[in-house]
Amino acid sequence: MSSSLLRAVLLPRLVQAGLVALLVGVLTFILVRSLPGDMAYRIAAGRYGYDMVDTATADAVRRELGLEQPALSALGGWLWDILRLDFGKSLISGQPVIDEIAHQLGATIELSLAAVLLSLLIGPPLGVLAGLRPGGWLDRSLLVVSSGLRSLPAFVLGLLLIIVLARELGLFPVAGHGGAANLALPALTLALGLAAVSARVARDAMVGVAQSPYYAFGRTKGLTEREVFARHGLRNVAVPVVTYLGVQFVYLIEGVVVVESLFAWPGIGHALVHAIFARDVPMIQGSALVMGLMFVVLNTGVDLACRWLDPRTAHA
Amino acid sequence: MFGKAATTLSASVGALIIALGMSGPARAASEAEVFRVVAPFEIKGIEPSTAGDLFLRMGVAETLVEADENGNPLPALAERWEVSDDGKVWRLFVRPGVVFHDGSKLTADSVAHALNVARGRSGGLLAKAPVADIAAQGDVVVVTLKQPFAPLLAFLAHNTVQILAPASYAADDTVTSVIGTGPFRLGALEPPLKFSVTRFDGYWGDKPAIAQAHYLAAGRGETRALMAESGDADYVLNLDPASRVRLEKGGKVDVLSVAIPRTVLLKVNAGHAAFKDIATRQALSAAIDREGIASAILRLPDAGATQLFPPSVGTWHNKDVAPLTYDVGRAKALLAEAGWTPGSDGVLERGGTRFAVTLTTYPDRPELPLIAAVLQEQLREVGIAVTINSTNSSEIPAKHQDGTLELGLVARNFALVPDPIGTILQDYPPEGGDWGSLNWSNAEFNAAIEALARTADVAEGQALRQKAVGILQAELPVIPVAWYQQTAAVSKKVEGARLDPFERSFGLTKVRKTP
Repeated sequence: MSSSLLRAVLLPRLVQAGLVALLVGVLTFILVRSLPGDMAYRIAAGRYGYDMVDTATADAVRRELGLEQPALSALGGWLWDILRLDFGKSLISGQPVIDEIAHQLGATIELSLAAVLLSLLIGPPLGVLAGLRPGGWLDRSLLVVSSGLRSLPAFVLGLLLIIVLARELGLFPVAGHGGAANLALPALTLALGLAAVSARVARDAMVGVAQSPYYAFGRTKGLTEREVFARHGLRNVAVPVVTYLGVQFVYLIEGVVVVESLFAWPGIGHALVHAIFARDVPMIQGSALVMGLMFVVLNTGVDLACRWLDPRTAHA
Repeated sequence: MFGKAATTLSASVGALIIALGMSGPARAASEAEVFRVVAPFEIKGIEPSTAGDLFLRMGVAETLVEADENGNPLPALAERWEVSDDGKVWRLFVRPGVVFHDGSKLTADSVAHALNVARGRSGGLLAKAPVADIAAQGDVVVVTLKQPFAPLLAFLAHNTVQILAPASYAADDTVTSVIGTGPFRLGALEPPLKFSVTRFDGYWGDKPAIAQAHYLAAGRGETRALMAESGDADYVLNLDPASRVRLEKGGKVDVLSVAIPRTVLLKVNAGHAAFKDIATRQALSAAIDREGIASAILRLPDAGATQLFPPSVGTWHNKDVAPLTYDVGRAKALLAEAGWTPGSDGVLERGGTRFAVTLTTYPDRPELPLIAAVLQEQLREVGIAVTINSTNSSEIPAKHQDGTLELGLVARNFALVPDPIGTILQDYPPEGGDWGSLNWSNAEFNAAIEALARTADVAEGQALRQKAVGILQAELPVIPVAWYQQTAAVSKKVEGARLDPFERSFGLTKVRKTP
């Protein structure tokens, strides 16, 4: 079992991780180099702000960082550094990239984890209840609410939550990070977007399961609704929900950039956007690499969870 | 097995919710001695050249010279100063009895070291002053200049010239920790968004009433305004126009505003075929409805810039010059006089060339692209076709340098140092400046600002300033559009809060909070 697990899941993912790292590294390098504008000016603007950037400071930055060196040798140097697990120093702050990523990635993981947990608490249970009575009032209102939530941009949803829960009711702080209360609104903003989709997935799965012969058999043999759901429903509904979670991480990454800016949360999405503006190459490469690898890890997690939920896939 | 996992999951989510709920009351019980500042500026590092403004504003580090509300120099870490008769040697007397936050004494040596490091930094301002040498002599720091330079004191007040303890620097003079002399010492530093400071009991000046202050960078104006409204912050700097109007009406917080020496202006390439003649530049200026822009976008009807400096910059505002006015008829007449005739599509032509130009601007200040869009419309009225390129702020100096800039819409801070002459010297020298004139030069103007850089005589200086401003107004190497106001929302619990027009301080030493 464990060797098959290794061969079927972990080994391919490990290869994938290596390929992702290489691709992300080369791609970000090419993309950053092909962005319009003079890098030295952009870096100077990122460091010193628009009031202080001028040609003299840009020239000084160019000299200091040796930006004139040919692209190929710069790429080679970077790949070699990565092999030695040396991410370099940020061109803006001068601090090691690895430290900055650790601080900001930690914040992003905290936020994402809270969002996913909250969304699982909100979405699938409602979806299952709706799926048990398709066409009922809950099902129909859930369709309206989840379509509405998913089509609202995270930015607007976040502002609405701030206005209602923070400004009017005073339940949570508006923005910032550090305290547990600070986590509430950004996590809820993301969670509602995620739950909107997972509720639909769970609802459709539940409808399918409830109409299946084995579910009907469970009822016929005299199990209560609760028992038949716990024994024959839950696990079967969970498979598509967990599988879909993997897809939802994309929404999470996309939403996290906006949500972090809105809530003054120090995350990796925020860091990446700022690094791109300022042409902070080591920081761009470092955070893109970490985000790429994060996808691989998350998808591996989803694979493992699905194998555990549905052991048939392991033998197929 | 699955059921167990589900229980664990819901238990952990439950714990999370409880934790969130429980932290609520703790927030309400924050002490009256903690002051929370929110502003848009991120902490980009710890070097004075990248984040010096924040450490200065939060009272961690100090400069040799301070500035009063009018930009006049005040003694700070330099207790007094004297200048030689030829204006080339400045002797600054280091204030006795000052200690850094690590307990070490402030000496002329430590000051000279900090100044020399600042002078060598690419992002610093001191490198732009004509300094020949900085050395310590006993308790005096001697600054020797290559030529007389009256605004030296203003340069020494700049945030990149803050004085840090010798222990702040590594062997290669990079800054590894921020050890200043200010009323607050640096506590937890969590770049890019947060840091906190605590009161320093060994401070040489008046002790602040608050014991602790937190700084949070919140990039979005909506977020900042909501933080002020909900009481999450005591002092929120920089409100977007819509939020400012809402907060003023709401009455939950006090809204402060102060005119600052920052002007939105059109930087014109005076060497461009279309803008070579003064008449065309004057027409451009007459085509701009400044009052409309000021009231619609900035929501400050008086903020239309009728000359380069606002009335609040007393020494540089010239009451005698004719204000720049909005007059489409005059604009059209001036353009016709300059030889422009309407083409078939309504866009002007001269010698077979259409009057079509690119306006470069940047969104770092969110109102700039909006103003650019309005200018595009207003200039279309008089037959000028403008394409907007909203890009990175550094494209302005970059395109200035390679000469491809046609029009640039920028927000220029004339108080980089408390005396605007520092910025004027950088922006309007004969060869042009990245954020000022491009391919424009005027002998009388050059003579006036050169003399201004040397003179210490008040009356003479005033006459020279009036003359320089008059020439800028007549020849329009840049076209002023609007003046800025800095705004802040302050909690009703706070007393003594103020806004610094030179953006050097959040005023932490003067504020007091009622519980």
